[in-house]
This record gives sequence, C-alpha cells and structure tokens, in this order.
Amino acid sequence: MQAKKRYFILLSAGSCLALLFYFGGLQFRASRSHSRREEHSGRNGLHHPSPDRFWPRFPDALRPFVPWDQLENEDSSVHISPRQKRDANSSIYKGKKCRMESCFDFTLCKKNGFKVYVYPQQKGEKIAESYQNILAAIEGSRFYTSDPSQACLFVLSLDTLDRDQLSPQYVHNLRSKVQSLHLWNNGRNHLIFNLYSGTWPDYTEDVGFDIGQAMLAKASISTENFRPNFDVSIPLFSKDHPRTGGERGFLKFNTIPPLRKYMLVFKGKRYLTGIGSDTRNALYHVHNGEDVVLLTTCKHGKDWQKHKDSRCDRDNTEYEKYDYREMLHNATFCLVPRGRRLGSFRFLEALQAACVPVMLSNGWELPFSEVINWNQAAVIGDERLLLQIPSTIRSIHQDKILALRQQTQFLWEAYFSSVEKIVLTTLEIIQDRIFKHISRNSLIWNKHPGGLFVLPQYSSYLGDFPYYYANLGLKPPSKFTAVTPAVTPLVSQ
Amino acid sequence: MCASVKYNIRGPALIPRMKTKHRIYYITLFSVVLLGLIATGVFQFWPHSIESSSDWNVEKRSVRDVPVVRLPAGSPLPERGDLSCRMHTCFDVYRCGFNPKNKIKVYIYSLKKYVDDSGVPVSNTISREYNDLLTAISDSDYYTDDISRACLFVPSIDVLNQNTLRIKETAQALAQLSRWDRGTNHLLFNMLPGGPPDYNTALDVPRDRALLAGGGFSTWTYRQGYDVSIPVYSPLSAEVDLPEKGPGPRRYFLLSSQMAVHPEYREDLEALQAKHAESVLVLDKCTNLSEGVPWVRRRCREHQVYEYPQVLQEATFCVVLRGARLGQAALSDVLRAGCVPVIVADSYVLPFSEVLDWKRASVVVPEEKLSDVYGILQGIPRRQIEEMQRQARWFWEAYFQSIKAITLATLQIINDRIYPYAALSYEEWNDPPTVKWSSVSNPLFLPLIPPQSQGFTAIVLTYDRVESLFRVITEVSKVPSLSKLLVVWNNQNKNPPEDSLWPKIRVPLKVVRTAENKLSNRFFPYDEIETEAVLAIDDDIIMLTSDELQFGYEVWREFPDRLVGYPGRLHLWDHEMSKWKYESEWTNEVSMVLTGAAFYHKYFNYLYTYKMPGDIKNWVDAHMNCEDIAMNFLVANVTGKAVIKVTPRKKFKCPECTAIDGLSLDQTHMVERSECINKFASVFGTMPLKVVEHRADPVLYKDDFPEKLKSFPNIGSL
Repeated sequence: MQAKKRYFILLSAGSCLALLFYFGGLQFRASRSHSRREEHSGRNGLHHPSPDRFWPRFPDALRPFVPWDQLENEDSSVHISPRQKRDANSSIYKGKKCRMESCFDFTLCKKNGFKVYVYPQQKGEKIAESYQNILAAIEGSRFYTSDPSQACLFVLSLDTLDRDQLSPQYVHNLRSKVQSLHLWNNGRNHLIFNLYSGTWPDYTEDVGFDIGQAMLAKASISTENFRPNFDVSIPLFSKDHPRTGGERGFLKFNTIPPLRKYMLVFKGKRYLTGIGSDTRNALYHVHNGEDVVLLTTCKHGKDWQKHKDSRCDRDNTEYEKYDYREMLHNATFCLVPRGRRLGSFRFLEALQAACVPVMLSNGWELPFSEVINWNQAAVIGDERLLLQIPSTIRSIHQDKILALRQQTQFLWEAYFSSVEKIVLTTLEIIQDRIFKHISRNSLIWNKHPGGLFVLPQYSSYLGDFPYYYANLGLKPPSKFTAVTPAVTPLVSQ
Repeated sequence: MCASVKYNIRGPALIPRMKTKHRIYYITLFSVVLLGLIATGVFQFWPHSIESSSDWNVEKRSVRDVPVVRLPAGSPLPERGDLSCRMHTCFDVYRCGFNPKNKIKVYIYSLKKYVDDSGVPVSNTISREYNDLLTAISDSDYYTDDISRACLFVPSIDVLNQNTLRIKETAQALAQLSRWDRGTNHLLFNMLPGGPPDYNTALDVPRDRALLAGGGFSTWTYRQGYDVSIPVYSPLSAEVDLPEKGPGPRRYFLLSSQMAVHPEYREDLEALQAKHAESVLVLDKCTNLSEGVPWVRRRCREHQVYEYPQVLQEATFCVVLRGARLGQAALSDVLRAGCVPVIVADSYVLPFSEVLDWKRASVVVPEEKLSDVYGILQGIPRRQIEEMQRQARWFWEAYFQSIKAITLATLQIINDRIYPYAALSYEEWNDPPTVKWSSVSNPLFLPLIPPQSQGFTAIVLTYDRVESLFRVITEVSKVPSLSKLLVVWNNQNKNPPEDSLWPKIRVPLKVVRTAENKLSNRFFPYDEIETEAVLAIDDDIIMLTSDELQFGYEVWREFPDRLVGYPGRLHLWDHEMSKWKYESEWTNEVSMVLTGAAFYHKYFNYLYTYKMPGDIKNWVDAHMNCEDIAMNFLVANVTGKAVIKVTPRKKFKCPECTAIDGLSLDQTHMVERSECINKFASVFGTMPLKVVEHRADPVLYKDDFPEKLKSFPNIGSL
C-alpha cells in the first residue's frame, strides 16, 4: 500500500509539474512576445489577442501612391468645358437621381430671394385639414408671395398628403390635374408634401403621379428613395396636429437619477403577415412584463380573427392591462418600431413625452436628417439586433440619458410641435441649400433655441448671437450701444 | 488542469495489483509520458527565441518576396458596385456583435502579389501610403488577426490610385479573397478614382457590396451612410515643414494656387485678379524654372516665383477648384496653412462630411458663381473668418495630416454607425482643443422652470447641536414650499434624539445616520430627495425668515442650474502673493454663495459625489473644511454660470454664537479657505468661478408700499 501511495504521489506530482511547465512556458512566451509587440508599435495599453501576426514593417523604399506629375497632367488634359459638363449633368441626373445641382433652377431665387408661391385653390377641390394647415403655414410665413413671377419655390394647392388609394382622402386624377397647371414646368422648383404613399400589400413609396423634377417633403421615406440634399424627410403627423403653437413637451423638471418606472415600452398593432410584420411579431421575445413592457394587439382590421395566431389571445389580454399614456409618461425609453410604413406616430408621441425613442425601422431616413443629429436625442437600433436592444439601452449611462431626454424636448418644441414648425423647418432647410454661404451650421440646428430662431441673414458668426457663448467658450462683448428713439412724448406710459 | 490530474490518478491506482514485470512496464510507460510532457514544456518555453526570430524575419521580409498569386484569365469577377447598398441591406452586423467596448474588429488580409495568366503584375504591389494605412490599422485598437472574429475586412490590395492598377484583374483579385462573400463587410480605400476621359467619381473596380472609403465622391456615387468620403492625402503634409500661423488678416484676401485650372475657370479668376489687384493673387505653374528645382513646390505669377505651400499662409481665403476629379490634394495644403478653403466643386461630397461640420471651416460656392466669389466672401464677418481659419487648421491636424489620421477617422465613422449609441459627439468631432477646453456644456441645458408645486427638500447636516438644530427645523418648516426635511446625522458616537423629542412639523422629517463623520455626506444624492430643488442649510442658520427662504426658492426655479444662496463670498487675485485669496468682507461683487444656506439642483449632489475632479472630495473630507467652496467650483465649472445671491442679509447665525468666534480664529479660517481656493483652482486647471455684481431681491423690496400687500414682506434686516 505504501508503494502504491508513493507511486501515486510521484506520478501525479510529476504530471502536475509537467503540465505546469507546459502552461507556464506558454504563458511566459505569450507575455514576452506581447511586450516585444508593444515596444515595437510604440503605443502603450493596446492589447492584441494574438500578437505574432500584424502588418509587417517593410524595409523597402515604397513608391508613393501618386506619381509626382500624374495629377497635374490629368488636370491639364481635361478638355471638356466645365459649363458643358454641368449642363450634361442636369440632363443625365433626373428623376431618382435629382439633386439641387441638376433639378433645381437657382436663377429663380436670385432676384427676390427665397419666396414661396402657393397655387390658388380651385373650386370643387377638396383639401384635407392637414394640407389646409400646411398651406396656411406657408401663406402666413415671411417667405410667402402671391406673385408667381417672384417665386423661387412653388407649392401645389392639390392635396398630395394621402396617396393611399384605399384612403377616403385620396385625390383622383392627380396626374392630369398636375399636368394641366401652366406653371408646372415639369415640377421644376416645386415642393410636394406627402405623408402616406402606396397601399396594401406592399406600401411602395410611389406617390402615384409623375412628380417630374419636383422635390418631395415626405414622411416615412427610405434611404434608398431619399434623394440627399434634394428631398426633405418630414415626420408623420396626425390630422389633429395643431396648426400653430402646439403643446409643450411633457418634461417639466429633470429627475435625478433620470431613470423612470419602465425601462422600455411599446404599445401598438401587430401585423400578422406582410410587410413590416417581422419586427413587431418578434417583440414578445424582449418583453419581460417588468421594466420592459412591449405590448401588441392583433385586433385591428375587419378579419383579424381569420389570421390570428396562437399568441393573439394572450397578447390581447396583456395589451388591455396597460394604459398607453401612463406608460409613455413613466418610461425612460420608448420603442418606435416600423409599421407598415417606415415612420409611425409613436415617434412624435415619444419625443413629446420626453421618452427617448429607440428606433427600430431599418432604412428610415429620419425626419429632417439633413440638419438634426438624431444620435443626440434617440437610440438608433437595428431591426436585425432586436434581442440586443435591452442590453444596449441598459448600457447607456445615466448622464447620457439625462442629455438625450432634454434633447427630445428641445427638438419637439423647436421643430415638431405644430404643423407650422414642420413646414417652416422644411422651408428653412431648402433655403439653406440655395444660399449655402449664409446657411446655418449643425450647431445652430441642434442647440437651443434651434434653427427657426437663428437667422444667418443677421450674422453667420455664432458669437454674434447670445446663445452660443458657452458652447464656443466666448465672453459676451463688454461694450454696448445706446439706442434712443426720438418720438413724440406720450402722455402716460 | 485539475481534471487531468484526476485522470492520472486512475493509472497508478491499478499498479499494485499487477506483477512486477507489468509494473516495470507501466513505470517505463509513465516515465516516457512524463518525459514527453516535460519535453513539450521545454520546447514550448525554450525555442521561443528561435521561433520569434523567424517572426522577425517575416517582418523584415521585403515586399519583393511576398507570395505570388496567379489569377487565371477566367477567374470570377465581382458585380459592379451596388448603388442601393446601405448598412441595413448590405452590411452584416452579426459579425460585429455587441461588446462592452463598442469597438469593431478589423482584419487585414496578408500581402500578396497578384499576377495575371502571363505573369504580368496586376498592380504595383503596395504603395507607401497604403502600407502606412495598413500599419495604422494594425497598430490601432481596431485590429484583430483572427479572421473569424473580424467585423470589417481590409484587403491588402492597393486601390488608392486607380491609375496604377488594372481594373478587371484587380477585381478578380478581390473576388478570390478568402472571406470575400460578395464584398460583404469589406472596406476599400481609394483616393484617386476614375480615369480619362470621364473621371468617374467612384472607384471603377467592380466591388459588389464592399464599402468604399473614397476621395472625390459626387453626390451621385456616394452611398450616404454606407460609403465614407475621405480626403485626398497630400504628400506635402509629410515632406514640408510648415510652422503653424495663427488666425488673423493676411496679405492676400483670396488666393488661387492650383496649377492646371481649366481655362474657363482661369478666365474668371484672372478677371478677379484684374479687378482687385492688391488683394487677389492667382498663381500658375512656373514655366521658366531652371532644371533641378522641384516645380511642385513653386508657383508663379508672371515672373514672380512663390514657394508652395508657404504662400498659402499669406492668404485669408484659398480657392480649391475641381480638376479632373472632385477631390483635390490642395484642400489638405490649404487647411494646413490655416487658409479658409473656398470650395468650388459642384456635387462634391466633402471629406468626412458625415461627421464634420464644414460650414464652420469652409465656404462652398457653386461653380457658376465663381465670378461672384469676391463679393460673397466680403460679406463674411471678420471674427467668423478667424473662427474658420482656426477650424480649418484643426481639421487638418485631426483628420488630414497623415495617412494614419485619415484611416482612424474612417474607421471611427464606421464604428459610430455600428454602435450609434456610443458614437462620438458633434463636439468631439468638431471642436478644436481650445474650444473644447474653454467651452462648457451644461448638463442641464434645457431651459425649464420647475413647477412650484414640487417644492424643495431641506437637508440639515448636524453633529450634536441639537438645540440649535431644532430651532432651524422649526423655522424652515414654516416655508410654504418645503416638501421634506432631511437631517443628516453625522455623529457616530451619539444617537439622534428620540422621535418624540423632535419638533412636530407639517412635512415628513427623515433622519439619515452616516457611517463616518464626513462633510461630503451633506452632498450625497439620497434617494429620499424626491424634489429637484435642494436647500442645504447648516444647523446654526436660524436667522433666515420664512419669506426669505420662500423667495430664494422662487428665484431658484427661474435659474434651476445655478447655486442660489444667501451668504455671498468673493475670490480675489492677490498680486503680491500671486495667488487666490478668499474674501468675506463687504464687497461690490460676489462669486460664491455658501452652502450653509443655498438652493441648488439635486443633480449637483450626484456630480459632487461621483464626478468631482481629482482628489477634491477626499481632500475636503480630510480637512473638514471647504465643501461649500468645492460645490461652488463644481457648479460654475459645469454650467459656466455665476451664482445668484438673494436678499441683503449679512448675519445668519445667532448673535451669541458668532460672539464665540474670536478674531484670531477668524484669521486662520480665512487662510485655510484661501488655500482651498488655490488647491481647487489647480485641480480644475482653471478658475471656473464667475464674478457678478448683482443680487436678487423681491420686486417691491424697500418700496414705500403697504407691507401686507407685498408677497415677501419679511425679508429681514442685515
């Protein structure tokens, strides 16, 4: 028995030693080559998992990527006149390839500046309330002109907002009506507003008539169809959206810590089949009934019973249990998944409620994306990574949440709270493109008080405005000017 | 390892039952195994130097020795670039995954030399710049050598300059990369796209779904949110040493320095020169230079010779005109010289325009308006020009000056798209270091006026002055907007008085006992604080009237991001001692309010506890002093705003209490407080406190008006 023990101890000790040696050797080797690697790269703190293979250091004298005379020779060998090239561009890049350079006539804006003409409303044409509001906002703005010869931009009085053929608001024969307008000029310098396009089942983004070279101010526009620096993506708003003024944001005070009762909420329809159904169908995977509450209902449309699946009944009962407004007010993040179309009402609702939108709408060109930096106010998720959403938003630091939440309120009040603001923002964006050298920069658009209140015509220097001293690290000027109006004295003040 | 030990146990346990012959056999067997293991260990450990030296050989290997790959004539060709590609359609996010660092992993294919069927090389194997580019990636945090963990793949096939490669064969070389998969998640870098006569604005090599980091995109070829527009690197960046020249007016208002400008544009420029001879300079290629002079570095106006790029520093605005291509290396030279680029290239997508705000650093003028450019530029305010010059120089330093800078910015942009919630902010991308340093971004930037109904929470820090504490509690409880009272009991040796002994007040009273007698306990963001507004009040401040406190709260509501308080103090620069001095005497100015009685936002409790810079928090706790000064520094630093002093009162403690403080005690106190200011200023690296000369009083204060009609009649005496 003694011998047995001895053998046992000896052998196990031996094998342990051997293994130790083996692994120890490996580790030592790794750490040595690691330190060499760091020495070599000359940077500290970088960890390279397997440092043996990195880009080699060649001792050769390599040739530069551009021979010293290539560019000069190429430039001087170009014979085509730039003027001709510009003309050629504007004849090639039409339709889906329209850009300001090719489809917009800048000369119309030269003489009178940025003036917008609205076609007179024709008798017998019905115009839905939302479009009435849009037209009223333009007519009430400082851009409006009633004289088409002064105009730089033209807006139709035909209601183009709802181009869903199944909708009661759908205007028929738009194609021929538009073609008969004598100022139409194939849509050049025209702006067309649209909220809904396409219809069941595929919801294409076609507005159903030839828009020629007109610009689109469209909701739910996808990045594939969006013509950058030509179209404007506008938010989807309901017919009850106020014409002017508009409600304030719901945030009255900042709470510390900034977390609310729910982390993430959603309440909305679930589409059982067809376009846009995938994401909403998968939401239940993330729902935990505690701080992540994602509710869907199948109960919509006439024949929902026919298509309903095994989850419908359970979902519907859960759905009834929660009040949407209560959830909206008490959630840190609000999920904004795509519906049939890319944009949904949930977006503006969340924004107003200071509930940070979590976008799940792949390929949606976000509203006013040309000027608004949405990363400051929303979390841009990816439909393909739905299951990562909870861990993603939980990883967002509280300070960031505080900033995101305040930014939702700023954006809501600056650009979205009324139809007038949406329309004016659209027009200002277009104006900035036309007069590029006196346009607003990104700081103006994304900081309080926002682009509608900062007119670059006053000054293009930010330090001339009172809002940006802190952002630029400037001090207000130390001198002032006295202005005395010389008027007839009033009897009493 | 333990598992393997257990496994070994089983062997020897069998041995005694066997015969000696077998035993010897087993012992031999085990010894062999053991020796084998040791040998492996030694081998792993010892021959390291041999192996690594072969590594080093690999590194030192010349470009001429890289493996050659022969491309058969009929080898597959990728599809042309897909113009509809976007991140959500053509990019495989699953490869990038969710990771706590929010960093993508980039793999670089090893270098090969590609030849066609007849052995003719497809291109110059690798250029200096592309080698620098790949080195930059491999030295960065993004790099991985594990192809299976990579999110982004960078081929080592050099396509920086389309002019130096054979299009079809290069495409074939791309298609045979081991993970090509229609180019998914592959990133190609190209600075000079297109070729004569049309000069397309994107690389002509068929590349299927690969992302393109291209110099010279036009809006028609650029896939927004998918491609990255990069600068054309100027070799002069490395070759020429150009000391920085600060912003300000310069000799020439407008300069054109490009050599091969199309005659049509040159006509326009010459017309400008003729009209504004003094302030416009239009240069051209030198024709009469003697041999051996590097003409790339010279420009001429008639017979006058100018040195390039030095001459750029003599101009306020520099024209960057399109040539055969939209992207021009001259843009980089111009930015470097701190000259504001006037970009005349219709439809050009500016470098890194996804993140850089070019409106702050450049003027974009339509080609058609080239002849009006002088008038347009004249309309720009002088101070804005200086801003733009500074900004231009910063863009060059951060994103143009080296291949490495260009590469890392490109990868960061892609990284920002994949992890948008962790993306760099506008300020991080665009603010030059001076602005970053001097600007403040107020965390409570939204102008809100909290509703009065919320009220405030009073926090009283106390140690053992129970009698005085009870008087403070009774006084404060009379304030209408008080919603809760929190007593922070900082004495560990003594229990707070029994519940029945506390004053009976109309709002909840809560006592928090602390683990240690630390001053920072008063600024802890207790969960019990349910209001935004916090009133910090010492346990001996008994003079403040209910009207004074209510008025203070009303003022705070108007300025919720400021410290609103009663006892005002000032910091002064002592010229003799060359340091800061603390001042509590009657002065015209105020820069601090003491938190012995002050309203502020609860957020600052959070900042004080978790985000106080340096060792200030510990220092305060160790010295048992200056927590109020530290709070003033913190708030002023983070908001860039001054305190608000309310009401005229100067005395706050009961007369008998102040009598105890002798003059000498007072003096050491002042010295200590001055030390605090100096200490904090050095930790913050600046003096954040703002001096103001105003105070807030009720509208009808001191007016000859019936007291009973005033909202705050009892504002108290001095």
